[in-house]
Amino acid sequence: MSGPMIEVRNLTRAFGPVTAVNGISFSVARGEVFGLVGPDGAGKTTTLRMLCGLMDPTSGEMRVAGFDTVTQTEQVKDHIGYMAQKFGLYGDLTVEENMRFYADLFGITGQDCEDLMANLLKMTRMEPFRARPAAKLSGGMKQKLALMCTLLHRPQILFLDEPTNGVDPVSRRDFWAILYQLVKDGLTVMVTTAYLDEAERCDRVALMHQGKFLLMDTPQVLRESLPEVCYELRGDDMRSVRDRLRQLPSVSHVELAGNSVHVFLRAGERETELFAAVPGASFRKVLPSLEDVFISTVRNAGAARDAA
Amino acid sequence: MISFRRTRAMARKEFLHILRDSRSLYLALMLPVVQLILFGYALSLDVDRIPILLFDQDRSPQSREMLAQFRGSRFFTVLGDIESYQPGEYAITSGTAMAVLVVPRRFGEDLAAGKQVPVQLLLDGSDSNTASIALGYARAMVAGYSNQLRTEYQIRNGAGEIKPPVDPQIRVMFNSELKSKNYIVPGLIAVILMILASMLTSLAIAREWENGTMEELLSTPVRASELALGKLSAYFILGALDTVTIVLAGVYFFGVPLRGSALVLGISAGIFLFGAMSWGLMLSAITRNQLQANQLGLLSSFLPAFLLSGFVYAIDSMPALPRFMTYIVPARYFVAMMKGVFLKGVGMELLWGEGLLLLLYATVVFVILTRKLRQKIA
Amino acid sequence: MTPHENTVIIDKLVKRFGDFVAVDDVSLTVKRGEIFGFLGPNGAGKSTTIRILCALLAPTSGVATVAGYDVAREPEAVKLHIGYMSQKFSLYDDLTVGENIEFFSGIYGVPRDIRDERRAYALRMAGLEEKEQTKTSLLAGGWKQRLALGCAILHQPPVVFLDEPTSGVDPLARRAFWDLINELSHAGHTVFVTTHYMEEAEYCHRVALMYRGRVISLGTPHDLRKQLRSDTLPEPTMEDVFVSMIEREDAALAGGKS
Repeated sequence: MSGPMIEVRNLTRAFGPVTAVNGISFSVARGEVFGLVGPDGAGKTTTLRMLCGLMDPTSGEMRVAGFDTVTQTEQVKDHIGYMAQKFGLYGDLTVEENMRFYADLFGITGQDCEDLMANLLKMTRMEPFRARPAAKLSGGMKQKLALMCTLLHRPQILFLDEPTNGVDPVSRRDFWAILYQLVKDGLTVMVTTAYLDEAERCDRVALMHQGKFLLMDTPQVLRESLPEVCYELRGDDMRSVRDRLRQLPSVSHVELAGNSVHVFLRAGERETELFAAVPGASFRKVLPSLEDVFISTVRNAGAARDAA
Repeated sequence: MISFRRTRAMARKEFLHILRDSRSLYLALMLPVVQLILFGYALSLDVDRIPILLFDQDRSPQSREMLAQFRGSRFFTVLGDIESYQPGEYAITSGTAMAVLVVPRRFGEDLAAGKQVPVQLLLDGSDSNTASIALGYARAMVAGYSNQLRTEYQIRNGAGEIKPPVDPQIRVMFNSELKSKNYIVPGLIAVILMILASMLTSLAIAREWENGTMEELLSTPVRASELALGKLSAYFILGALDTVTIVLAGVYFFGVPLRGSALVLGISAGIFLFGAMSWGLMLSAITRNQLQANQLGLLSSFLPAFLLSGFVYAIDSMPALPRFMTYIVPARYFVAMMKGVFLKGVGMELLWGEGLLLLLYATVVFVILTRKLRQKIA
Repeated sequence: MTPHENTVIIDKLVKRFGDFVAVDDVSLTVKRGEIFGFLGPNGAGKSTTIRILCALLAPTSGVATVAGYDVAREPEAVKLHIGYMSQKFSLYDDLTVGENIEFFSGIYGVPRDIRDERRAYALRMAGLEEKEQTKTSLLAGGWKQRLALGCAILHQPPVVFLDEPTSGVDPLARRAFWDLINELSHAGHTVFVTTHYMEEAEYCHRVALMYRGRVISLGTPHDLRKQLRSDTLPEPTMEDVFVSMIEREDAALAGGKS
């Protein structure tokens, strides 16, 4: 299939008086990893559920793998894998039984099923645990099992809702390594996360806030997009340094992180005032993190709304 | 089109859940029999071996003859003979005796003269139900004896032509031994199956919502009807096993005769289980909460099945509103079918009406169930 | 505040469950006012260590003192001097914000004369002054989290333990929460945090990386990253540090075995 794998136009979903998703439009190309980032209640999960045909939109159009999610829900389901936030594994069933159940639901049988299961177990290094009940797996292993279950019918698009919530960094890195391998083979991935370090792993990121997209681009471009310039300063008693720097008119805001601060110099301002404020300190110009970008964008959006 | 493979996958998975949860499994298999035994005894309506004291003031051959009938009856246990009222009143007050029968002086003489003779019965009325049954027994025995005497008297005095003594025997149909167990057990089986079916299934869908697995299932091609049928068939196996054990317990433990065909019983139980289990699943699908579904399941199965099925209270003697309500209680039809098969030995030729109504109920509930399942997340 | 410079002292702490060694000879000290991060995969022994420090579990051997009290010998005193907040924010959803604060004041034994003052402080800190009558279930994750923290420090404990406090909370709320932690630290509370999120590790003054019951790495986030710096990895993240430390540990273990 040519053309985008996901295409969304003016998607809106209201729950009574609350508009959870408010007129978003975007498209995702084949083989892309698209990240949806935003705070709780931004509308990320609602968007994902609509794309999977689990919820109908109030208005707007969505095509997933070329099918309309409202009128062709069954076809959509055949082409997607969906991993919910609290992925549904049956704790009392073993790894293999969980996989067989999902394989059966998707109509994967016989040698095809055996081969696929063997491949997946090998890829995720889960073979030694195939007879273990899912409830007895570690967080990272549960995540892998969930992923395998969604991959059993060879979907073209994978929807992951906060997939690595509560998973330790080693398992998280493992998980992403598997995802990248799948993407190399042509899988399209759409993932939501509240963690910005996870968002950095995506090809493209949309920042979602109160049902709308505030920004959408590659992480690199987003990090370079802030008009403010960011400096890092480290040392002792950074808290009083922060309080001092906050007073400067040329400084937009200061963030304290352990033994260091990130100072954001307003666009077009010179560094002289800043450097003079902490004599002898070595300021280091750094690229703002995605989190910095996110927070200042959301704050600016709030300020703009308050002003209006 | 319903996919057999997906339905089977659902059923197999559900069955694994049942097998893995061994404690609940044992409970599901043991509970019906335990319930049957407990309720079977507790609800027994039979009154026999009424403890009685005899006070014979006459001591004539006639009085002795009548009292001998009491001594030989299985309905009464004669505790002893007394010489005055006092120990009798004391025995009743203290609860050791339920009744005292007093035969007056000149009883035999007056009888022989063809006069009407009163006999006195002192009765503990604190349990009015048992008391009235005891009164009935005593009255029947005294009347029986007096009839016998009157016939003998007429024969002896050659008063005209001899009519054959009137036979006052009442033929009790279907439960000729008047054993209330025969009457209770078939109904009880129906009630227990109703409770069991909706309890077992009430958790099945809510659990998927609470675990978050439902969202996953909805994103797969599995249809609502496949999901429902798959789950139903797994629990159906359990329900069928329970039906067999509970019927066997009724027949062999309580000695209730199964006069009709086991096949008819099986078919009607099957239709009933299908409906009752769909009901449990439907509650589960609506509430999406295991606790709520379980409570609703118990409430909506136990009370109507117990009170409105004609199991304990006869439907014909209910006030209009509850009587009308019985028509929507599926247990009503199943209780009727069970009694029919067990006690009357009738088959589908008489029970098809009830069977059809049960089938209708099951279909309606199943349709609502699939509708509820088809709904999206919100 | 206590005069002790080190509010948490752990010396050769060991905890065994049968054959399994959950905490294997751990020693470390945490200064007053320090924000100390405790990192590690699930099952590394973090929670067991925290439970011992909260006097919920007795150590098999070794000594731990918290705010000057021995956790094994003076568990009741320890419990009076610590605040604990679990990842599930143990608030009662069906009570109002005010009722939750009231309840925790009661169980922590906050003296009656300062109760109102502490209550006002907790409300102000959580930014919930206007929402005292609101049912807790109606609060968004970030507010709940701050309320839980407010409740955990009603009795002004010198040491606060936070067990994965920000799981499931969005970036804005998370940053607000860390501002709060910085305030606590400045006010002299020692803050002990466990987390899975490496960007959070950066917010700590010092972090300990725990794995298979042992502390395999300890230092400031900056120092730990500096150690790993190389030509191929000029700007290592905390996650790189975490992963490479664990891989090194696994390799050493595998080498030792063969």
